[in-house]
Amino acid sequence: MLALDKNPANIREFREKNKDEFLRSLARDNTQLLINEIWKLPTERVDEVIVAKLPETTTRLPREKPPPKPRPPTKWEEFAKLKGIQNKKKTNLVWDDVHKEWKRRWGYKRAKDDTKEWLLEVPETADPNEDQFAKRSKAKKERVAKNELNRLRNIARAQKIKVPGIGLAPTGQQSKSDLEKAVHVAKMSTASVGKFQDRLPKEKAPRNTGKKRKFQPLIGDFSTEKQKQLDILKIMDSKKPRLDINKAVNKQMREEDMESRSKKKGGPGKKGRKGNFSGKKGKGAGSAKGGKNHKPRMKQGKR
Amino acid sequence: MPQRDGIVKPKTKRSKRFLQSREAKLIENVKNAMIMKGGNTSETVTQALKDIYSLKKPNAVMYKKKNITRPFEDQTSLEFFSKKADCSLFLFGSHNKKRPNNLIFGRMFDFHVLDMIELGIEKFASLKQIKKNTCPEGTKPLLVFSGEAFNTDNEYKRLQSVLTDFFRGPSVPSVRLAGLEHLLHFTALEGKIYMRSYTVLLKKSGCRTPRIELEEMGPSFDFTLRRTHLASDDLYKTAHRQPKALKPKKKKNVSHDAFGTKFGRLHMQKQNLAKLQTRKMKGLRKRRGETVEGEESSLKKTKMDE
Repeated sequence: MLALDKNPANIREFREKNKDEFLRSLARDNTQLLINEIWKLPTERVDEVIVAKLPETTTRLPREKPPPKPRPPTKWEEFAKLKGIQNKKKTNLVWDDVHKEWKRRWGYKRAKDDTKEWLLEVPETADPNEDQFAKRSKAKKERVAKNELNRLRNIARAQKIKVPGIGLAPTGQQSKSDLEKAVHVAKMSTASVGKFQDRLPKEKAPRNTGKKRKFQPLIGDFSTEKQKQLDILKIMDSKKPRLDINKAVNKQMREEDMESRSKKKGGPGKKGRKGNFSGKKGKGAGSAKGGKNHKPRMKQGKR
Repeated sequence: MPQRDGIVKPKTKRSKRFLQSREAKLIENVKNAMIMKGGNTSETVTQALKDIYSLKKPNAVMYKKKNITRPFEDQTSLEFFSKKADCSLFLFGSHNKKRPNNLIFGRMFDFHVLDMIELGIEKFASLKQIKKNTCPEGTKPLLVFSGEAFNTDNEYKRLQSVLTDFFRGPSVPSVRLAGLEHLLHFTALEGKIYMRSYTVLLKKSGCRTPRIELEEMGPSFDFTLRRTHLASDDLYKTAHRQPKALKPKKKKNVSHDAFGTKFGRLHMQKQNLAKLQTRKMKGLRKRRGETVEGEESSLKKTKMDE
C-alpha cells in the first residue's frame, strides 16, 4: 500500500499558506486517490469483515538474507545417485511378536530393542570372561562416532576444505594398503626423513615412492653411452616418424572402446565418474582380446 | 553464527526450532527493526525513538542502554547486534554538537550494512503532544510519498526505499478495508523531508468509495538529509535477487488481444477416426458369434500343438 506522487508540489502555495495545513491537504488528496484504488480491488467477506485482496507487490525491496542454497549431497547420496539406488519407503510401525503389539521401527520403545535384553548368549568362540553387554554398547558408541565423523567429513567436503589425514583417519577396518601407507608415513616423519629407521623382516618397500629422477653415473661404461647417443642421432636422422608400438596399440584400443561405448549409449557418453568406471572395465576386457585382434592392423600401419 | 554451517547440531527440539526460525528462507520473515541510542541523546531524540518504536511495535526491539558507536565510522557493532537480535533494520539516534538530533535509518543484508541514511530532526512533535487521535498498535500504515525529489534524486530514491522497508510492516495477501486507519506521509520539499502521520477517517460520500478525512496523529518530523551510505550497485542487485522458485512461471503460447480475449495454441495427437464412436444402431452392432468362433479355433490349435 504505497502511493507515489510524482507531481512537483506547488511551492508558492506552500510558502504562502500555513505549512501544516498545506501538507495535510496534499496528504488528503493523495490518500483519497490511494483509497479509491484500493476500493477498486476485488473484495471478500471473511468472518463478517470486508477484506480486499491485495495484488502482488510491484515495488521490489531488498531481501533480508540471501536465498537458501540447496544442501550439497553427501557422499552416500552421490554414490546412490550414481548407482541408481532409491529410497524404499518403510512403514513406521512394525509388529512386535514378543509384546504382541505394534511398535515403532526405530527409536524409543522400538520393536526388537536389542539394548533392552537382560540375557545375552556368549558365543562359543568368544572369551567367556568378556562382558557381552559392554561389548555391544561399545560397538554402538563406535558406530555413532563413525557416523558423526562422516557427517563432519561431508560438511568439510561441501565447503571444499581438505579433510585432514586421510591415510591415518581411524576407520573400522583398514585395508592392507592403507596400513602400509600409514606405516610408511610414520617412518618418514623423523628428523632424518626416515633414513635410520629399521625395516621389519619381510617388509617390502612401499610402492610409488622413492627416487623420481634417474641420472646416469658420471664416470662408467662409455660404450653404452656412445650407443645411446648414436641411437638418438639415428632417430633424428631418419625421415620416418618413430613408432612406439605399445603406445600406438593402447591408443587404438582406447579409441575403439570409446566408439563402441558411444554407440551403446547412443548419446553423450562420459560424465564424471561414470565414464571413468566403464573405462577401467574396458581396458581390462580389451587387453585380453586386444593382443590377437589388433596386432595385424598395426602391421598394416607400418607398411 | 557458528551454528549456521550445521557443524554444531542443536541438542533440543526447541533450539532447533529457534535456529530454523532464523534460517534463510524462500519467503522471508517480517523484517525486524532494532532501535538504539548512541552515546549521547537529547530529549527529542529519545522521544522520537520511543514514538517510532510505538509505530513499529510488534516488529521492533528497543535497546534501553546507550551504545557508544558511530555507524558511519564503524559498523561492526551494529552488525553484531543485528545478528544477535535477527534484525535487518535499524534506527540509531544520537545527539552531538556537530550533528544535533540525529537519526540514522538503515538496513542490513546478510547481516552487513546495505544502506544508511542520516536525517537531522529540525522540528519534532511527539505522539503525546498531539493527543487527539491514536490508532491501534501494529496497524499496517498507508505510505504516501510526494515530491519530485523522490523520483529524480538518487539519494532520495534510496531514502524512499529505506523508509518503505522500515514502515511497511508485514506483507499480507489481503487487508481489512475498515482497518486502513493510519497514514504515513512523506513530502520532499525545498531540501527538507516532512514526515507526518495521520489517522484516516472514512466518511460517507455519495458513491461507493468513502470520502477521506485526515487528523494529525504524531509523531511528525521535519528532517534534513545529512550523510548517506548507499550500497554499491553490485551489492544492491544481489540483495534484490529473487530465488528461482519464487519467480512466476512464464505461460507459453497464451496471448491476449485488445479486447481481453484469450488466445492459445493447443497441441493434440492425431485422432484415430476409425475408432470414432458414431451413433449406435442395432444394425451396426458386432455379432457375438464371430469373435467367439475365432477364439475357439485358436484354442484348439494350441491343444493340437501339445
